[in-house]
Amino acid sequence: MNTDIRHYPGARLITWVFFAWLYLPIAVVIWFSFNENRLVSVWTGFSTQWYDAALSNRALLDALRVSLIVAVIATVVATVVALMAAMVLTRTPGLKFRRLSETVVNLPLLLPEIVVAVAVLILVSQLGVTNGMVKLVLAHSAFCTPFAFLPIRARLQGMSADFEEAAQDLYATPWTAFRRVTLPLIAPGVFAGAMLAFAMSMDDFITSNMLNSGGTTTLPVYIFSLIKQGTTPELNAISTLLIVASLIIATLALSLSARAMRRG
Amino acid sequence: MRGFRFWGLVPAWVLMAVTLIVPVMIVVLVSVSLRGPYGGFDWGFTLEPYREILFSTGWTDELEFDPKYLIIIGRTIALAAATTVICMALALPVAYVIATRGPRTKLVLLYLVTLPFWVSMIVRVYAWLIILGNDGIGGRLWQALGGGGLLFTPGAMLIGMVYSYIPLMILPVYAAIEKLDPALLEAGADLYGSRWTTARRVIVPLTWPGLAAGAILVFVPALGTVLEPMLLGGGKQMMMGTLIQTQFGGGRNWPFGAAIAIVMMVMVVIVLLINARRAIRKEGRA
Amino acid sequence: MARGKAVEVYNVTKRFGDYQALDQVSFTIEENEFFTLLGPSGCGKTTLLRMIAGFETPSEGSISLFGAEIANLPPHKRRVNTVFQSYALFPHMTLAQNIAFGLENLGWDKARRTARVAEMLELVHMTPFAGRRPAQLSGGQRQRIALARALAPEPQVLLLDEPLSALDLKLRQAMRDELRSLQRKTGITFIFVTHDQDEALDMSDRICVLGQGQIQQIGTPTEIYEEPANRFVADFIGETNFMQVQVLSLEGDTADVRTPFGFDIIAGQKGITGPGPATLSVRPEKFVLGDQATENVLSGRIVSRNYMGGYTHYGIETQGAVLRVSRRNSTANAQGFELGREVSIGFPAAAARVLGA
Repeated sequence: MNTDIRHYPGARLITWVFFAWLYLPIAVVIWFSFNENRLVSVWTGFSTQWYDAALSNRALLDALRVSLIVAVIATVVATVVALMAAMVLTRTPGLKFRRLSETVVNLPLLLPEIVVAVAVLILVSQLGVTNGMVKLVLAHSAFCTPFAFLPIRARLQGMSADFEEAAQDLYATPWTAFRRVTLPLIAPGVFAGAMLAFAMSMDDFITSNMLNSGGTTTLPVYIFSLIKQGTTPELNAISTLLIVASLIIATLALSLSARAMRRG
Repeated sequence: MRGFRFWGLVPAWVLMAVTLIVPVMIVVLVSVSLRGPYGGFDWGFTLEPYREILFSTGWTDELEFDPKYLIIIGRTIALAAATTVICMALALPVAYVIATRGPRTKLVLLYLVTLPFWVSMIVRVYAWLIILGNDGIGGRLWQALGGGGLLFTPGAMLIGMVYSYIPLMILPVYAAIEKLDPALLEAGADLYGSRWTTARRVIVPLTWPGLAAGAILVFVPALGTVLEPMLLGGGKQMMMGTLIQTQFGGGRNWPFGAAIAIVMMVMVVIVLLINARRAIRKEGRA
Repeated sequence: MARGKAVEVYNVTKRFGDYQALDQVSFTIEENEFFTLLGPSGCGKTTLLRMIAGFETPSEGSISLFGAEIANLPPHKRRVNTVFQSYALFPHMTLAQNIAFGLENLGWDKARRTARVAEMLELVHMTPFAGRRPAQLSGGQRQRIALARALAPEPQVLLLDEPLSALDLKLRQAMRDELRSLQRKTGITFIFVTHDQDEALDMSDRICVLGQGQIQQIGTPTEIYEEPANRFVADFIGETNFMQVQVLSLEGDTADVRTPFGFDIIAGQKGITGPGPATLSVRPEKFVLGDQATENVLSGRIVSRNYMGGYTHYGIETQGAVLRVSRRNSTANAQGFELGREVSIGFPAAAARVLGA
């Protein structure tokens, strides 16, 4: 028997089962995407035919294009807005309404997304916005902002204001100081924030579904409509492609922010 | 630092005001408006949408108490609460095991916890649809154990919700356990506490702030969850999120949907206020 | 050589909300001077430095640099450079890039920049390290690069914010000499902020002692130590013994006072306006012990004895008070005085100072 008091019998077992459970769905989807059988969960043989089908599916590629356009614009908007807000919130001593402003920036995190979706839907109906892209970009920019904001603010808080003062002391204008000193030093945080915002936008279903109109179906909304029609191996192939893409983005973002932490 | 003044906050304020603050106010107004004849709504003032939550109109226009929406609200709270509790119970041992590994293993395990979270929510829920189906591993396992159909039950929704939100619990709990001084465990043992006494009287109380933070992070989105009831609940097991969505989706009854959304928001605000009070009380004690 | 006025601080007051950091401070720093702002933490010295650098704006008053008003100029428009306590070397740039940063902002052309960077690296003996990054340097090396970076743009005034506090003891002593010689070599006015009196006494041409947001005294190191202007300065710089005395009469810079030991002495004074209670300050090393005591002799008993190597510190009880006395151990077996022994002690009147109560 293990006499180390830090050891809890069973805790390790729970942890291993937990990790198995965590990766089971991903493994199942990937596994069955190579199934030649039309039935999703009956394995009959290896095939990549569903990938061919997925990659030649026009509707899928259209949805992907919509998602990418919306995600790229929303990421840029959210990152710029978040960066500006974070600069003011961490670099202005004695700022009035600091708490309130921080709450406002993080507001999308405090509300259930369905409420955000309803609010935006009613707004665009009242304003008479009919362009589906505009609706999506507006909503995505808003709910991506806190995801970009949090890593950027963390990075700024971890960075001494001495560097910016030193730059200005050496005759750099505030803009030059920001461009040549602050921005390079917080770049990992900005990058991590942008990645997170991008992932959140690509992932969004609730808001995009509620704002969905012809021609602006995003990838998750399209996948949802496929699921409604029934599970198919093609769906597994699409999901696998998405899993691979998101794992690459995640690994990039996580390793960059880990490196940023180490550099301090 | 000179040069950066409040104007940097203007874009954030404008964006949030335009997309959230003003719209949420409009939602409040819509929730007391009249139902439009062809969907949507007409401006006005009535408490009809809120009354509808509790009463339905009978054949002869008399009001009858009708619990069907209360059941949905109750189911939502119950499932969100159950999700939170299960996440807590899972997060404690897992976070503890991660926190007591070596520095490299720790990083790898944390990375593995976070990774699935980056995978599209819809893909993750879809995966459970396959697993829990009658032909899936989960479904067959359940049947072998003597259960009936697993998919389209609250249990299936619960599995999906726990899966979706568990990283939001593990990360803060891990952060709290990480900060624990190992000497405290030794002190617990030294003072004749068994492992379990130490766990109950030392570890859990000291990781409570992490558990509370995780509870907020899990409970709030769980209340508004949409995908799990739609896919794993098969649309038969409605939750507040899906109820709201159907009111707007079909353009059917916007004021009623808005009223439900307001009810959900009030619930979230209450939870956040309780949490804020807890935090303030703690500050006062410190 | 006619010296210009490098920095003039006039009636500067700084408030942070309700807290008053500086209250009506005025002084002038001459060109080529090594000027030190000395004081305990919270005295306002760093705030003053930050206002000269431009990181803070005075609530009231004016600051001028070689005759030009700068109080409201942003930092990048002042020909003033700072050596930060943390050094604040840009971690993403090489040492050469760090030094060139200010020159680029000033619009120097490439050839001139390169030459100046090389010259600066040479000056601080860091030429072989030009391509390295700050993370690869030791504390002393970072210190040198911070100096080189601040000196490169030929500032009119160099500000140093406790630059030695992050170094270990041995290195600190070496850097003091290096700083002093750099100042002589470059001829630039240095304003040095420190809470370490040894540093201030060792390096400065003049010292400004700040306390509670006000100037307590400005003077040469000798003046500050030997002729402190008030109790605060006498107490903060070095060690001293305070005794309550009565001023009997006043004559210019000296006062005739009655000591509690029963005799009267005539000693230098500062801040006394007329007869009445005052404080007499005598530094521990000014006392003479045993047979050598001839002036103002009293007797006491040794109640504590601390051997410090070069010195021995004694606590001597006399008439209810314990005086702190230190005595140099000038020979290897210098005869010390044992504990409990009765001993006669004296002090020359010239070594005593009469200060306001």
